[in-house]
Amino acid sequence: MKGYRKYFGKKILWFIITFIAAVILNFVLPRLMPADPVSAITGKMASGMTDATAVQEIYKRFEEEFGTNKPLITQFFIFVRNLFRGDLGTSFSQYPRKVSDIISSAIGWTVALQLPAILVGWLLGNILGALAAYIRKGFDKVLLPIALFLSNVPAFGMAVTLLVIFAVKLKVAPIAGGYAFDMIPNMSWRFIKSVISHYQLPFWSIVLVSIGGQAIGMRSMSIYELNADYVKYARFLGIKDRKIVGYVFRNAMLPQVTGLALSIGTMIGGALVAEIIFSYPGLGSTMYSAVTAADYPLISATTLIITIMVLIVTFLLDIIYGFIDPRVKAAQFDA
Amino acid sequence: MKNTLRQVFHSSKFLTGFLIFAAILLTMWIYPLFNPGNPLEMIGVGTFAQPGTYFSLYDAATTRTETLRLPDADEKRITNLVSDADRAAMIEWFGLMEIDVSEVDATDIDALLDLWLEHYDPSVKIKGMTQARRNFFKRLDKNLRQIRAADTLLVMHQEEEELVEKARITKTDYVNVSDVANVKRLPLGTDNFGRDVLKELVSATGTSIVIGLIAGTVATLIGLTLGLLAGYVGGLADDIIMFITNIFTVIPGFVLLILISYSIGQDQRGASVVAIVIGLTSWTWTARSVRSQVISLRNRDHVNLSKLSGHSLFRIILTDILPYIASYVVMAFILQVSSGILAEAQLSLLGLGPKTTVTPTLGLMMNWAMLYSAHTNGSWWAYFPVILTITLISFSLNLMNTGLDQVFNPTLRD
Repeated sequence: MKGYRKYFGKKILWFIITFIAAVILNFVLPRLMPADPVSAITGKMASGMTDATAVQEIYKRFEEEFGTNKPLITQFFIFVRNLFRGDLGTSFSQYPRKVSDIISSAIGWTVALQLPAILVGWLLGNILGALAAYIRKGFDKVLLPIALFLSNVPAFGMAVTLLVIFAVKLKVAPIAGGYAFDMIPNMSWRFIKSVISHYQLPFWSIVLVSIGGQAIGMRSMSIYELNADYVKYARFLGIKDRKIVGYVFRNAMLPQVTGLALSIGTMIGGALVAEIIFSYPGLGSTMYSAVTAADYPLISATTLIITIMVLIVTFLLDIIYGFIDPRVKAAQFDA
Repeated sequence: MKNTLRQVFHSSKFLTGFLIFAAILLTMWIYPLFNPGNPLEMIGVGTFAQPGTYFSLYDAATTRTETLRLPDADEKRITNLVSDADRAAMIEWFGLMEIDVSEVDATDIDALLDLWLEHYDPSVKIKGMTQARRNFFKRLDKNLRQIRAADTLLVMHQEEEELVEKARITKTDYVNVSDVANVKRLPLGTDNFGRDVLKELVSATGTSIVIGLIAGTVATLIGLTLGLLAGYVGGLADDIIMFITNIFTVIPGFVLLILISYSIGQDQRGASVVAIVIGLTSWTWTARSVRSQVISLRNRDHVNLSKLSGHSLFRIILTDILPYIASYVVMAFILQVSSGILAEAQLSLLGLGPKTTVTPTLGLMMNWAMLYSAHTNGSWWAYFPVILTITLISFSLNLMNTGLDQVFNPTLRD
């Protein structure tokens, strides 16, 4: 464990740096843009008003509330201070709910949906890809085109297709929501059953989409490794096929972990859009309703939370990678 | 170069992808020649007209007719006019009246109708049946009797409070569709605003591909420049560029895209602006891989020779480095195009797509279909072709990419 200190230290440092960069970007980007959010909001609130002084008053009020009348650097410190207090402002569209309140009720749904779905998709994809590389012949011939096609179906497309087939046509699954609309979240058996039945379609649509890409990646990595010199050498030495295959797939898995770390942001983005199709009560739907209602504080908070989620997952994957990659291990213990 | 091209087109994967993509491009180019006009014109007043051929009933009534005696015409007509619900209601009534229907096949509508006309009596009161239900059966009876009774339809038009006969339509009158003045083929029906979906789809595919190309070009240019600088110049430039690249690799491009698109505002968000923003948020991959390729090239003999000959940095990069990474850059570009198209679609679904009144894009079409719940009311033609098009474009681009990968990385060959 001691030997990993340097590796983890470096990773944590990177995590902190990217976190700071993400917060700065989240603060700066909307303020860099030519369109002034405050005037946009004022325009929305004051639509239909003819009294210029009243509009002026509304503008001032919002300027005060966002603190946009202060210098940029002061604004930034207020922003950071509020962030650490967990205060993300007040939502416009669901006034007077706090943004942090809305986010905390949505984040659980998103994590519970996406984390297992992406993991299951990744695992299934890797198993299928490895099998395709090992068996080749018929299995590979059938699997590869299907995987290639599936990996190109956008997440929302898969979501709509599953929704139409299973919920609208076959009526074996509910159409929308995270639980039956006539229920209040509680721990009763009936509620849990409803949650599970609403969970199926969003879950499988994300799984199906992620299987394809992972299978293709794993397949080509495995083929690459199977043709490597060490495999030929091991065969030559008479090592059992089973044992070689074990090594090969272990080596092929490593880039797949890195690949997952690098693509997790894109995957979550796609899955968030898929959430909208099912009106799943997670961050994706929250973001959608925030965009349609021009709820500025809510949008900026959602994007920040999603960034932080992706950062944490990437960080965890980096840590796991450190444990399973023998090269990292060797480097740490040599030093 | 010629040899490489031959090799590339020899790859079955590349060829398949290329053919699919070329077919899409060709359709985009040829279809508007046959069906010109504004793709966003609202031709239908209702929403979601079914796919099919529509001809003007007004014109058809006055078109020259031919008499055709088709043996199964009556049966087809009746089958079409009596819905499944009507049929179920008839059988329900027979059951209530305790009439034996075992001899009559429920699918044989003619026999069922005979039985109905023979037995139905509106004056019979069935115990426990509500007045509304009884009226329903009366209405059903009226409709069913009309099916059998009406032999000729009269088309009248009004002239000064007097009805003048214009046409007489009998059951054996047929009109040649090509004689009818106004026929509109809507192979994919209309969408929620009553627009021709196929026409819209073709135009949207064009816009989306252009968005993908712009996004891909922007991303590739930024990625290539940064990657070349970092890889070839090295030192401090490398450190700074890699620092930025690493940060933007972890911060999801999707989130940046949302933030920027929202900040730009609806009015400024044209298709090309969205495309550029997509490009600005997706260059990290290219930068990283170009850098690592350049680092492995930097100390090759031919590069050193060029340096010794006093060639400028620009010239070395252009003639000694770029040709070696060209295949890689092209592959990255192809992937960027396909992910750009996808990004636009996702952005539009969130409601952050290009301005909605000027040009359709695939994402906007999807967004409109979802807003008007085409998926729950069974209007598959409004969204399924869109999903299929996005999938096919990205499938063909990825196939081309895989094919190129196999040509340039022999270890991946099957």
